[in-house]
Amino acid sequence: MRNVAYLLAAGGMLAVSLAACGGSGGTSSGSPASSFNAAVNGVVNVSTKTGGIVKYANSGDWDDMDPGDTYYAYTWNFDRLFARTLVTFGDTPQTATTLVPDLATNLGTPSKDLKTWTYTLRPGVKFEDGTPVTSKDVKYAVERSMDSTTFPNGPTYFAQVLDAKGYAGPYKDKTPLKAIDTPNDSTIVFHLAAPFAEFDYLAMLPDTAPVPQAKDTGANYKSHVISTGPYMFQGNYTPGKDFTLVKNPNWSQSTDSVRHQYADQIQVQINAAAPDIDNRLLAGTLGVDITGSGVLPATQAKILLDSKLKQYTDDALTTRLWMSAISPTVAPFDNIHCRKAVEYATDKTAMQTAFGGQLGGDIATTLLPPSIPGYTKFDDYPVGPAGHGDLTMAKQELTACGKPNGFTTTIIARAERPKEVAAALAWQQGLAQIGIKTDIKKFPQGDYFKLYAGNKAAVKKNGYGLMMYGWGADWNDGYGDLSQIVDPRAIHGVGDTNLGVTDPAVSALIDKALQTTDTSARNTIWGQVDKMVMDEAIYVPFLNAKGLYYRPPNLKNVWVNPAFNGQYDYLSISAN
Amino acid sequence: MTVPIEVSGSETQADPEAVLAGLDRKAIEGRSLSQIAWLRLRRDKVALAGGGVVVLLILVAVFEPFLVSWFGHPPNEFHQNLVDPNLGGRPLYGIGHSGISRHFLLGVEPVNGRDLFSRVLHGAQISLLIAFLSTLISVLIGTVLGTVAGYFGGWVDSLIARTMDVFLAFPLLLFAIALAGVVQGKAFGLQGDTLRIVLLIFIIGFFNWAYIGRIIRGQTLTLREREFVDAARAMGARPAYVLFREILPNLIAPILVYSTLLIPTNILFEAALSYLGVGLEEKTATWGSMLAHAAPDYALDLEFVLVPGLAIFITVMAFNLFGDGLRDALDPRAR
Repeated sequence: MRNVAYLLAAGGMLAVSLAACGGSGGTSSGSPASSFNAAVNGVVNVSTKTGGIVKYANSGDWDDMDPGDTYYAYTWNFDRLFARTLVTFGDTPQTATTLVPDLATNLGTPSKDLKTWTYTLRPGVKFEDGTPVTSKDVKYAVERSMDSTTFPNGPTYFAQVLDAKGYAGPYKDKTPLKAIDTPNDSTIVFHLAAPFAEFDYLAMLPDTAPVPQAKDTGANYKSHVISTGPYMFQGNYTPGKDFTLVKNPNWSQSTDSVRHQYADQIQVQINAAAPDIDNRLLAGTLGVDITGSGVLPATQAKILLDSKLKQYTDDALTTRLWMSAISPTVAPFDNIHCRKAVEYATDKTAMQTAFGGQLGGDIATTLLPPSIPGYTKFDDYPVGPAGHGDLTMAKQELTACGKPNGFTTTIIARAERPKEVAAALAWQQGLAQIGIKTDIKKFPQGDYFKLYAGNKAAVKKNGYGLMMYGWGADWNDGYGDLSQIVDPRAIHGVGDTNLGVTDPAVSALIDKALQTTDTSARNTIWGQVDKMVMDEAIYVPFLNAKGLYYRPPNLKNVWVNPAFNGQYDYLSISAN
Repeated sequence: MTVPIEVSGSETQADPEAVLAGLDRKAIEGRSLSQIAWLRLRRDKVALAGGGVVVLLILVAVFEPFLVSWFGHPPNEFHQNLVDPNLGGRPLYGIGHSGISRHFLLGVEPVNGRDLFSRVLHGAQISLLIAFLSTLISVLIGTVLGTVAGYFGGWVDSLIARTMDVFLAFPLLLFAIALAGVVQGKAFGLQGDTLRIVLLIFIIGFFNWAYIGRIIRGQTLTLREREFVDAARAMGARPAYVLFREILPNLIAPILVYSTLLIPTNILFEAALSYLGVGLEEKTATWGSMLAHAAPDYALDLEFVLVPGLAIFITVMAFNLFGDGLRDALDPRAR
């Protein structure tokens, strides 16, 4: 759930260092009393009753309904209702970030060299039409997800990790993929190119949700994904149109340890207006804002000023990091001292204010957020006690760089994200304190990585020295968070998510972590990777984001799931 | 004699008399058309009020730096101690959380806490500068090409009239957005806001001339058939003399009226471009960009929307009222 996952994230987050004030009486009749952050600390409105309809609304649309082609945190969260994967996350707040077997009977069994991973499928799992799920369906699903032309949106981990260089997917490549074996209908074996200790996380990706080859229609498969979960599509899904999920008669509770089938239906509205979503949440006629970007600032103010409303909100810490990048390819940032001057002169408090103050998040100094194992607290470039920048150090670095009077450069930001633009403005003010003059340019977020920030040639040619950026972990672990933004091998020139780290020592350290089987030793290495990258002064992390969410009092089984960026757990929510 | 009324017979001369009926009879004698127009305009209180506001706006725009330094703060200075970041950046003080105080006459902007008074004044300067200069360009091109097309006719007219058609059919807004995207950073030896202001003036001015061009061409077509033009030609006047001494003076009224109506249109166009984010730099205050920033926060601080909104509304209204009154005053057939 990389950057693109946060479509409207900027808009919504707020924050507060509110003392968690409990439901201060005065609850209206029929609405149970609750308390601020109750769903962060446990499950709210526990219920095992069946019936009712859960209503979701999306201010945009899915990148792709096909589980093999999606890269948003909320889609990974929601797709679990109809797509079972080899491995998934636990179903309670305590086990939310723990991997548990789903289609498989156990987590993967690695070979000694960590290059071969074997999974055994649970018996009795069926597709919605009653056909049993076999290991060949899982293999086929992974194969087709590796066709990045037909499916450009999803992550590309399998293509990077499997021993299958140049494989183009089953539509174009008629030679069968040798990197995945299915010796029988219940066993699947993955052969990797290099040791990879975290392969279970890849088995969690929606790419491993089985697809029956006979029903596959390539890019059109999204119109009716064949369900393996407790819910299935009623009729067909058309992009841009609302859809409904109904109970899947061929799903059986006995084969599934994390899912339930409480609600009768799940209805999803597409392209709803964002302010309308907030109003309907407050009125109780809508269950969940599915993108999980939190309420809009105006709604936040309204909620926080009203203790009756505030008791139904949660302000959860996410794994999302708001940061900026400094391009080492743009002069004068080829000189590390000029980069360090920017690090020191950054007014992190003003940027935090732009994102909604303490409710919008906590000031960050590292790439790994505190919620990810391996997080090590350090601050390479302290910005003073009030967080407005350390101007003495900044000027020293500026002098060391040979530009004592400052220089002129460009900040780029995503036009559709008002909070990001506001933060850019705050950054501009901070840098002006030491004579760094900047011009802010805004570009559409859809092209941001293809044509601007993630396009190496464009950055260099147009002199985009400073770039607003945000990142959320693909999964809550050092590799899932860091690899795509710090590994020099993730730079391809276009659509990059690593905006400038080229030191091969970083790659070497990542490889060392991947070959380390001991989890705590591996996590220590992720902390070292973080430090190594921060020492180069390429990223300026400034905020560990929080999101303020509203849960209507009539919603059941609500809890904040840290595995999905602090959104509510869509698998558990029910209506009765 | 440059005024047609005085050379084209007694019937037209009777018109002003009718208007002035009731005034002292002696006043009729020896009044030029402009004197008559001024007399009429003076009696139109609404138009005068509009004109007054226009003059005031121009003064404010010219003396903006002084006004800001006396009554406000630099337009880009942050005052985040005046807002509550946890409540979406709502100003902490003032009536209805507007941030209005002795030091911040129109309150502060949510989130950044910049001074709205200074920003709306700065916006006036930029809006009026762009609107006036772009109108000047449109009127210049439109008048020259319109009179040439109308007077000479034939293939010259066909060529210019078709060019006008092309310009009229031009998707100006889309082109402006595209051009603002293409021209990056530095160009023509200019950069930053200077470049963007020049670019906006050029886009708005250069692509709007066809409207006034059409009107001028139509007027010229009728004027060139009039007796006084025939008389001038018969006496051997060259085309340049006829154009500048006989026809152009008679076009002053439509040009003036059209200019006063084009200026508010251009103010709105500039505001629309800034609202869409293709105007000036992010930090620079213009009325359109202020509105764009205020839109998502209207529920937090309504005043934030009202200030730039009212500024646009009052300015456009003042220009329109004045233009309307001017048209009535200059048109001998009105009333």
